[in-house]
Amino acid sequence: MIYNEEFETLPREALRALQVKRLQQVLERVYHSVGFYKKSLDTAKIKPHEIKSIADMSKLPFITRQDLQNNYPFGLFAVPMSNIVRLHASSGTRGRSTVFGYTKRDIDTWSELMARSLAAAGLTKNDIIHNAFEYGLFTGGLGFHYGAEKIGASVIPMSGGNSKRQIMILQDFGPTAICCTPSYALHLAEEGKALGIDMKSLKLRVGIFGAEPWSKAISAEIEKTFGITALDLFGLSEVIGPGMAMECLEGRNGMHIYEDHFIVETINPQTGEVLPEGEEGELVFTTLTKEAFPLVRYRSGDVSRLIIEPCRCGRTHIKMERVLKRSDDMLIVRGINIFPSQIEAILTAIEGLEPQYQLIVDRAGALDSLELHVEVSDKIFSNSGGVKELQKIEKRILKDMKDYLGIAPNLRLVEPSTLKKTDAKIIDKRRI
Amino acid sequence: MKVEQISVFLENKPGSLEHATRVMRDASINIRTLSLAETVDFGILRLIVNDVEKANKVLKDAGFRVSKTVVVAVEVPDKPGGLHSIMEVLSKESINVEYLYAFVEKSGQNAVIIFRFDAPEKAIEVLMKNKFTVVPGAQLYEF
Repeated sequence: MIYNEEFETLPREALRALQVKRLQQVLERVYHSVGFYKKSLDTAKIKPHEIKSIADMSKLPFITRQDLQNNYPFGLFAVPMSNIVRLHASSGTRGRSTVFGYTKRDIDTWSELMARSLAAAGLTKNDIIHNAFEYGLFTGGLGFHYGAEKIGASVIPMSGGNSKRQIMILQDFGPTAICCTPSYALHLAEEGKALGIDMKSLKLRVGIFGAEPWSKAISAEIEKTFGITALDLFGLSEVIGPGMAMECLEGRNGMHIYEDHFIVETINPQTGEVLPEGEEGELVFTTLTKEAFPLVRYRSGDVSRLIIEPCRCGRTHIKMERVLKRSDDMLIVRGINIFPSQIEAILTAIEGLEPQYQLIVDRAGALDSLELHVEVSDKIFSNSGGVKELQKIEKRILKDMKDYLGIAPNLRLVEPSTLKKTDAKIIDKRRI
Repeated sequence: MKVEQISVFLENKPGSLEHATRVMRDASINIRTLSLAETVDFGILRLIVNDVEKANKVLKDAGFRVSKTVVVAVEVPDKPGGLHSIMEVLSKESINVEYLYAFVEKSGQNAVIIFRFDAPEKAIEVLMKNKFTVVPGAQLYEF
């Protein structure tokens, strides 16, 4: 089912023309309203009006996550705060977090894109949607919520956690669709099994999953366990949130990127050179309609491949394959994005600790498990030498990990020799 | 009258303690007494040794996290009520004991109890006032 027939099936030439027109408007706007863009375009000696085609975009400088962090919290906003109706933010301590603002119109745009995504999964006002994405600063919960309301479906704002209660509601409210991270879906299935519940007996018909890498094998497992169709959705909080691209029921091969709102490019992450469509590379996004927080050539760090072949669903928008790789050191654990630099920042903020650590990610059952090994620094131990003091530090580390990053690792304090055995700060043992 | 104790951070894993004892053996460090405190993920080995500085250095050189802690050694007759007589005084004076461990002297007549106090100075003062034998470090380290 196509939510916005006019725009989702726009012939490609008309779509290109619309993109160029919107791009020029965005460039003019950011050049005059966001100091960062004026400076970066001036440095590159480019004026907005010189960009006359999509091909000209390669002349424009990129914006990176580092730039977003450097401008924390509101430095990249293109409208005054009085026009902003919502703020979302990524995890991380000050200077390692990024903040995203939305105007009223941005929220409408986002809701429409989520409505398109839910419609692409065959959902209508007759459906009950169990939304187990986290509500809060994370864009997942509210993004899905607004889309679900927009199509008139009945939405259960479940948020994450409380698995037993989730299962009770899945049984009693009879939702026909579920939205969450793929690993949480498998976790619910495990919990259900332990309670003696056959997940296939639920009324669920379709699931929309995202926010973390998941393979086709996991998709197949979810489909089998729940007896549903498992669809993939893509979104980046920095860009708008969930609903930038969605797998359609008819095609079952890649996610349509809403090209009337975003321009996607694929680049070689080493050289920054634009690759021909269809080659694997880092995805770069430009927002065409966002008012509060426009992004021009944002390097996502996500590595994927664009699918240019037409889709039988009738949508003309290009598709992307599921994202399984990163071009940087970002880790996605239980749907939460984590950078080693964020962990380092938390550790160094604790008096006496050094950023000597190792993070080991594994998958125990359906869910990711995190083990954090932190070296006991000479400073900390020679000042105390006591059990109590070390336990206090452990508590502090765990609290900060939870407060700033939203993760709860198993923490072990270790001797220096343990970490010296390998240089790797991150060991990812998951097979996704 | 204070005694210096060596504390060594150990991970809870096989071979950790063996590594520490090996380093001390190789440096001919004699352990007078010891105790091991453990938590779920780590342990702290507490030692009274014959040569504090040397033990501190060789363990640090071997990559261990080491610290020196002030403790108080008290000698009591090795008979029923020996420890209690000390505890009675400490309790009366509201002196808190963080941890303790003990050993029996070679002669077999007396026991030596090693105390870790929050305020060692005050504890020593109270113990001496009550005629307890506080053993000086030098005497404890040597045979």
